[in-house]
Amino acid sequence: MNARWLKYGIPLVLFAALAAFLAVGLTRDPREVPSPFIGRAAPAFSLERLHEPGQSFSPEQMKGKVWLLNVWASWCVSCRVEHPLLVEMSKRNDVPIVGLDYKDERGAGLQWLTKMGNPYFASAFDVEGKVGIDYGVYGVPETFVIDKQGVIRYKQIGPITPEALEKKILPLIRKLSA
Amino acid sequence: MIPELGHFALIVALALASAQAILSFAGAARNRHVLMSTARPIAVGHFLFVAGAFAALAWSFVHNDFSVANVAANSNSQLPVHYRFAATWGSHEGSILLWTLMLAAWTFAVAAFSRHLPERVVARVLGVMGLVSVGFLLFMLLTSNPFERLLPAADEGRDLNPLLQDPGMVIHPPMLYMGYVGFSVAFAFALAALLEGRLDAAWARWSRPWTTAAWCFLTIGIALGSGWAYYELGWGGWWFWDPVENASFMPWLAGTALIHSLAVTEKRGAFRSWTVLLAIIAFSLSLVGTFLVRSGVLTSVHAFATDPKRGVFILLFLVLVIGGSLALFAWRAPKVGLGAGFAPVSRESLLLANNVLLAVALSAVLLGTLYPLFLDALNLGKISVGPPYFDAVFYPLMAPAIFLMALGPIASWKHARLPDLWVRLRWALWISLGAALLLPLALGRWSALVASGLWLALWVIVATLLMVAHRLRTAPQATWPARLRAQSLAWYGMTVAHLGVAIFILGVTLVKGYETERDLRMVPGDHVQVGGYDFTFRGTHEVPGPNYAAVRGEFEVRRAGSPEVLMVLEPEKRQYRATGMSMTEAAIDSGISRDLYVSLGEPVEGAAWGVRVYHKPFVDWIWGGCFVMAIGGFLALSDRRYRSRRAAAAASAGAQGARA
Repeated sequence: MNARWLKYGIPLVLFAALAAFLAVGLTRDPREVPSPFIGRAAPAFSLERLHEPGQSFSPEQMKGKVWLLNVWASWCVSCRVEHPLLVEMSKRNDVPIVGLDYKDERGAGLQWLTKMGNPYFASAFDVEGKVGIDYGVYGVPETFVIDKQGVIRYKQIGPITPEALEKKILPLIRKLSA
Repeated sequence: MIPELGHFALIVALALASAQAILSFAGAARNRHVLMSTARPIAVGHFLFVAGAFAALAWSFVHNDFSVANVAANSNSQLPVHYRFAATWGSHEGSILLWTLMLAAWTFAVAAFSRHLPERVVARVLGVMGLVSVGFLLFMLLTSNPFERLLPAADEGRDLNPLLQDPGMVIHPPMLYMGYVGFSVAFAFALAALLEGRLDAAWARWSRPWTTAAWCFLTIGIALGSGWAYYELGWGGWWFWDPVENASFMPWLAGTALIHSLAVTEKRGAFRSWTVLLAIIAFSLSLVGTFLVRSGVLTSVHAFATDPKRGVFILLFLVLVIGGSLALFAWRAPKVGLGAGFAPVSRESLLLANNVLLAVALSAVLLGTLYPLFLDALNLGKISVGPPYFDAVFYPLMAPAIFLMALGPIASWKHARLPDLWVRLRWALWISLGAALLLPLALGRWSALVASGLWLALWVIVATLLMVAHRLRTAPQATWPARLRAQSLAWYGMTVAHLGVAIFILGVTLVKGYETERDLRMVPGDHVQVGGYDFTFRGTHEVPGPNYAAVRGEFEVRRAGSPEVLMVLEPEKRQYRATGMSMTEAAIDSGISRDLYVSLGEPVEGAAWGVRVYHKPFVDWIWGGCFVMAIGGFLALSDRRYRSRRAAAAASAGAQGARA
């Protein structure tokens, strides 16, 4: 009798093991795909500035500083979600934030910043999205943390959440700035 | 107002589903007629309120109520109205509501079509389904409320994911969910049988039509999803072994095994505990599929709405439902017993082999799908398992199962003789072997893969046709029309479904063996020859769409060497305004013997474009085969004996006699 009970209990045991794995899986973030860009030099580019057509911006200009590259667009709704956080960060002077206005229209982008507040130290205008391709952007918004040597240290896919800011981005910035 | 009514309807539905579960179980446990008789009316009310909630959400989408967060996130006023309606189930919240609606609808169907069943069985079945529904309603109300307001309201919605703006997407999820959720009926019957401690032929017969119906919907749902991937993703593949595809394919494999093992349990009383286990597994895999897609533990193109809080809830729910039912199985199944014995060569043993092969294939797919998760959980790194693994494991397991599929219907129950099988099938073997060896030569290129695929398909077709001829020739009726009429719909259904499998294999084999794919750069005026056709690129022009702007390419197609234009194919590249996403809309000319497929890649420079031109022989047979399988299933479940009470009683007595 006992042996039979054991036999019929096998599916239950297998399922318990599966459930344990699923539970561990839940604590992991599958989106934390090791980005090939992390630890590498931020790709160089030179783009027109959003506010001052004719002037250009390139990552070279940020050498020696820890900075954020925030990819956004006026057509991107999730950007509205993270924008207040960026504005707050700029008021606290945490770190210079460079905006990359991605596949946008200049007028729409400028109007958006006037309406929502401009947290950016500088804004580059990537109308064709070519820089986005160099940086492996596959959705807007995305944010890169770049260190004093111009190396990408972190990449946030999707809007910056207060949680990600407090637990990952700000501690990393502090560490890199020290 | 309407969204609040919808929200309220969900809460009422939760109360009703709880009542449905508690009263039915209490009534069944104490054998109280008064309590058990409440199950049906409550199930009807439960369905009506869930349907009301669904209607409220659909109304909000159709009327562009952007004060509902879900609508603002997944719709847009520029979106055509049929897609606004389909957007109801385009989001995470909406798809869970659709799931719950399907569950309530199946519950309603069980309540309506179970007059001939013993009251206690009905009460327990409805009780189990009520419990499952409680889980999903709680999930929605606690973690994924589709009616949550957005204050202040958005001026405009973010638009439905452009990938989902497609006619196939309008029907694919409802069909798939009908299948997924349909297995809950078989699951509920299995649990009812375990609780009752009675698992007999009558039980198998009650479960069979429900299982077959769910399987048919699932088959159609998977085929639609695969067809959608073929023309919407723009590179002509039809199956990617993506975790979400696997999540729908695993319940299908379990369901296929279940259909066959139910047949044995009904006819011969054998495989009883195995059948019950399969019923539990089929539905459990539907739930696990939901977990994988909705919790974000695996990355996939489909998993766009993920939230760890939801994952924890679904996991707890999984542990309760699956763990609970498997514990019940471990406790009660030893009492149920194994059923009648059979000889090593018999229809039972063939169906057992089929079941084992399907179960192993299922485990292989499950392992491949979860392997990245296992490794990650053990801190061994993040990896993904791709088609090479699945192809290497799946085909060798399926080939013997397909081979046996032709033998099963011919072998007799209990004890079959190998020499008899040989005599009846040797011609099928020779004909299919000969044709499989020669046909590839006629088609232009001989390869072992094509020959073996063709051989399997032809073997099934010829053996099935021989089986039909034999059965009709030896039927006792005097005339052919009478003989045709005398065969049961269940038998016709089985025959048609098996031929569907063969059609599917023909499609897969021929498209794999003879497709031509060219990815090239074209400037207007360029032409390319693919699969005996000549494609001339005439250039592109811009076309406005309702919520997108498109660039449309123009390709003239001629037969190679002929000046006459057969057709003009116009693939599009669309840029959706609200999301900024760009989408590829392939232009496909479908035919019985081939598809011509042209899609635009990216503009290269000037007027040049990256272009994909494919010639796909017999590719539509893949989905055609699936639909034929589903038609077979529908035929089988329309069989008279599932409907008449007298036939049921007679069969039950017959099975009792057979066992005695």
